[in-house]
Amino acid sequence: MSQPTDVSRRAAVLGAAASGALLWAGGEGARAQAAKPSELRIGITTFLSGPASVFGVPSRQAAELLIEQINRAGGIGGVPLRAFFVDEAPGADHLVGEYRRLVQNENVQVVFASISSGSCLACTPLSTEMRKTTLLWDCGTQRVFEEGKHPYAFRTQGYGTPEVLAPLLYLLKHKPDFRTLAVINQDYAWGRDSWELWKAGMDALKPGVRVVAEMFPRFNSTDFSTEITRLLATRPDVVLSTSWGGELVTLVRQATERRLFERSLFVLPVAEASMQSLGRTMPAGHIIGARGDHWNNHPKPKNPEAMKRFVDGYRQRFNEYPIYPCHHMAQAFSALQAAYAKAIAAKGGGWPNDAELADAFRGLTFDTPTSTITLREDGQGLEDQLVGLSSQGERFPFAVPRDMVIFPAAMVSTPVGQKSVDWLKSLKPDILAQVPAPIAG
Amino acid sequence: MGEWFTENGLLLGLAALDGLAYAALVFMVAVGLNLVFGVLRIVNVAHGSLFAIGAYTAASVGLLFAAWGLPPAAGFAALLLGTALVGGVLGPVIERGVLRRVYGQEEVLQLLVTFALFMILEDVQKLVWGVQPVSQDAPMKVLGTVEVPFGDDTIPFTVYQLFVLPGVALFTLLGLAWFLRRTLTGRVIVAVTTDKEAAMAMGIDAARVTLLTFTFGAALAALGGALASPTTSLVPGIGASTIVLSFAVVATAGLGQIEGAALTSLLIGLGRSAAVYFEPELEVVVPYLIMVAVLLVRPQGLFGVVEARRV
Repeated sequence: MSQPTDVSRRAAVLGAAASGALLWAGGEGARAQAAKPSELRIGITTFLSGPASVFGVPSRQAAELLIEQINRAGGIGGVPLRAFFVDEAPGADHLVGEYRRLVQNENVQVVFASISSGSCLACTPLSTEMRKTTLLWDCGTQRVFEEGKHPYAFRTQGYGTPEVLAPLLYLLKHKPDFRTLAVINQDYAWGRDSWELWKAGMDALKPGVRVVAEMFPRFNSTDFSTEITRLLATRPDVVLSTSWGGELVTLVRQATERRLFERSLFVLPVAEASMQSLGRTMPAGHIIGARGDHWNNHPKPKNPEAMKRFVDGYRQRFNEYPIYPCHHMAQAFSALQAAYAKAIAAKGGGWPNDAELADAFRGLTFDTPTSTITLREDGQGLEDQLVGLSSQGERFPFAVPRDMVIFPAAMVSTPVGQKSVDWLKSLKPDILAQVPAPIAG
Repeated sequence: MGEWFTENGLLLGLAALDGLAYAALVFMVAVGLNLVFGVLRIVNVAHGSLFAIGAYTAASVGLLFAAWGLPPAAGFAALLLGTALVGGVLGPVIERGVLRRVYGQEEVLQLLVTFALFMILEDVQKLVWGVQPVSQDAPMKVLGTVEVPFGDDTIPFTVYQLFVLPGVALFTLLGLAWFLRRTLTGRVIVAVTTDKEAAMAMGIDAARVTLLTFTFGAALAALGGALASPTTSLVPGIGASTIVLSFAVVATAGLGQIEGAALTSLLIGLGRSAAVYFEPELEVVVPYLIMVAVLLVRPQGLFGVVEARRV
């Protein structure tokens, strides 16, 4: 190993000093007094292209609608909002650069990131590094807050663990005698992770269930005929699929045509966003979820007026019902409004700096049209989960749930400081006694 | 081994049926790409967009027919009308307006131009059809299902999947082979494919041949999309996933080889189906494993010929 020269040693010392100064300056910057800006700039990352734009474009529409409404009402603390949208589709590496551009060039005060779990995992370390409040508005990976601390990141909705555990508990109550199960999930992080979570919970709560098929078709597949034939041949009691978007629509259509829904009970935790596309095709009597409690036929929304205003406003503008990413976007804006109100009040009417804004998010409770969400000390939001059986009726031209169970968030969320898979493995069948009674709907 | 076949013979039979239907869809797209490359010598990335737009157009025409109160069987006419519209309108526009300007240019430039076209057409799809899934399954529903015996059980297959898709693919293969070998226009295309300079020296209008071939290739892509539309949901990105597989087929078949595309599609279809039944983790890589295996033994592809250097 060569000895460092004087020049390199001096350079190292200077570099260390410069880095220290930058870090200090960064920290002070986050704490510096903030003047009230002329506009509140928000960077929003979402899918504007590719298969996941089925979520991204409606959520962008919802954001634009909400910003208009908020600005018409005087903005936040008298400051109008302005959004800067970034497409997640090019991938995490691209998004990291875009995140920096949003903060450094566009001077956004807050970032809303993202739909993809990979995007969130890439952005949250940046939120700490750049001391920029970042709201994880839709991604579901449990890893974000279980594998690291991110003082500037907050998830304003639920996440993978409750979104999988709630349908599992519903299944165990609805069809406790099932013996065999098959899974058909998309071949990417969510498809694999959600199966790991489900399997951990199922093995703990109902040991001995035989998994007769584990299938992970290529992401963005357009045909599931072969998988359906295999499922028809193996005749599982239950078919689980956490697929979404066009793939779920294709799977349901093809499976319906070939009567697989008559042979097996389907559990579809992310079904809500595809129900409009499926229309009357979605068979009745199968377990469907919405990654939260925001079904359009929620049996007892906390604020029915707000629910109606949002749904009707969205329908009027875009000629379709809002889907769950639209509700998640609305939740992020509700949290933003509540946090700024809290921070401004704490500062006696002054405008909060980055650190003060992040402080306001910790432990924040904010209202949604359907319920109330609290952000835990680790940044994770506690959102109830509403699961039910698919049913067709007069009120909607598509399937909505009946026999709905609203799972309290705390019941189905991993306690702070624990890893989801470990916690799910430790569950005892007693938890089934805590499942609330279904509401007919 | 014999015991394994005894246990799984029935499943293999089911896998073969599924594989045939999948191979038919793959072939319909890949054969157009192969034909276009054979004559134009351009790797057309936008071929996937033509597949997607063909599918969207067929679905839209089908939905329009349904809105007009036409019987569900009119959905088949919608498939053909969608194909004709996309092939007849987009094909000539792309060939005359874009590709003609890059013939004989660097391959990288050609690739960039067709990729740019692909990106533009992807956005056109979003502008016209939005991002929510579009479905029109009337042609599949109108034919119903057929029960295939499976031990003491039966497995329902759609008639569309079991008979229509393989039937159209077989008809296309035989029709193309007849057209290229038995008709004057077909022989002219083959002549341009084999040696463009010599064909032109013999008085063949190569510009007309390229226009005709590209339009035909575009129509085949659109027909592939139209045929797929009743079985699937159309979303942004559907063209991208199709084109990747098509390239694997073309590379494995040998550039410009129709029969090679058919055999490769069949291998991929059957291989993928077998993987879904017996080793699902391999499903995604089966087409590429087949490609690698073939190219290791025959670098020019299954039916490709080694070209002599001309200079």
